[in-house]
Amino acid sequence: MSLRTGRPGQAHAVLGALGGVAVVFFALPLVALVGRVTPAGLWAQLGSPGVQQALRLSLEVSLISLGLCVVFGFPLAFVLARVAFPGRALVRGLVSLPMVLPPVVGGIALLAAFGRRGLLGGALEQVGVVLPFTTAGAVLAVTFVAMPFLVTTLEAALATVDPRLEQAAATLGASRWRVLWTVTLPAVRPSLTAGLALCWARGLGEFGATITFAGNLEGRTQTMPLAVYDALQSDPEAAITLGLVLLAVSLTLLTALRGHIGRRR
Amino acid sequence: MSLEVDVTVQRGEFALELAFSLPAGETVALIGPNGSGKSTLVDLLAGLVPATRGTVVLAGRTLERAPTLRLAPQARGLGVVFQGLALFPSLSALDNVAYGLRARGVARARARAEARAWLERFEIAELAERRIGALSGGQAQRVALARAMIVRPPLLLLDEPLSALDVEARASARELLRGWLAEAPGVKLLVTHDLADARAVADRLLVLDRGRLVAEGPVAQLLAAPPPFLAAMVRRSEP
Repeated sequence: MSLRTGRPGQAHAVLGALGGVAVVFFALPLVALVGRVTPAGLWAQLGSPGVQQALRLSLEVSLISLGLCVVFGFPLAFVLARVAFPGRALVRGLVSLPMVLPPVVGGIALLAAFGRRGLLGGALEQVGVVLPFTTAGAVLAVTFVAMPFLVTTLEAALATVDPRLEQAAATLGASRWRVLWTVTLPAVRPSLTAGLALCWARGLGEFGATITFAGNLEGRTQTMPLAVYDALQSDPEAAITLGLVLLAVSLTLLTALRGHIGRRR
Repeated sequence: MSLEVDVTVQRGEFALELAFSLPAGETVALIGPNGSGKSTLVDLLAGLVPATRGTVVLAGRTLERAPTLRLAPQARGLGVVFQGLALFPSLSALDNVAYGLRARGVARARARAEARAWLERFEIAELAERRIGALSGGQAQRVALARAMIVRPPLLLLDEPLSALDVEARASARELLRGWLAEAPGVKLLVTHDLADARAVADRLLVLDRGRLVAEGPVAQLLAAPPPFLAAMVRRSEP
């Protein structure tokens, strides 16, 4: 029996059951993690300077990266959505590549480009900029991996904005900036929020490209995911607690932003 | 103050070739079937598509002299009511109306005060803070008209402004529109495919077919002895 021919009640039951399996699939690892952590252990970990440092660095790196993603990603999404140019499909593919590339490979590619012996590394070093194994390098790695999430979400939204609205604003005397600010941006706001949430969350969880390009240096490049990895080598219980902290931060962030989008719709 | 148009607009296979002159004061309806080139003319006047040849002069100011001069939509100072109205959904009715003044650098408080006066004039002052999505078709149409008229444009361009209304609302809206347009200075061009709209609102008719003007004159005179093409439209529009 297909969903089309069945009664609506049956269809809803089938969809509900399958959706429920997916929810359990997502919730179970989280529940298992919570079950392994004691409040005292959690408190002790949260109080440890190493964890606080990693958490602070994670927020710092992911927020700076988010800023870079907006500054460069929004214009890129705008151009991809609005300007037809030769090679646009190729640029689109290039931008999406970090989403499917194993992050470690991304890190290696970044080393090949910006490493000391990389394509631009030498030139950068001459002007005093060293990226590998620095906090700036961690920001770069996170940006490389996270920006595609913002660009692809925004590009899709920008392509659907009714051109008549922007034209109406122009005939009323609005400059291009004013049109962008007062008409285009409000029209894509839900997608912009969703893109920012995805971008930030992806950045917060970034591991592979960061450890490959920026290393695992406490206080400089050791973000939360790297601290979890470190802890896993020596103290698995601590790793679980740290993982839970990271999970809680990400979940809070995503719920808040997705909830915000839900309300706007 | 008048609008002088003598242009060719080539868009693929389709060519719009027009020469006409409209005086200020009168309301002129440009009427024609779908595909006759009405939307192309609206876009041309608004500065959204270029002319291939010719000139557009409004109140002594050259808006377009193809192919060398073309003022941007921002610089033309027109009031346009687009088909579908194109109201900004993220703004309130009041801020939609104030938009043109704000874009011209008028301070927010003054722009909003003036916008409120326009909403009062159109008898929808109580809807000032409503979002566009919460307005009826008739209310949205008034907001769109106020938004276009607040900048006191030398050319008021209305592209099917009544198309969003149902049949009953449309009849009364025509009367109101006629009254409001009569008070507006400048050139007023109503673009429509509906002869009843044109008959109720306009003083003069321009009849467009396949990119060419096929008839022109005062409404009463044209309808009393309509050319063949218009006669068919008259027959179709009669109940």
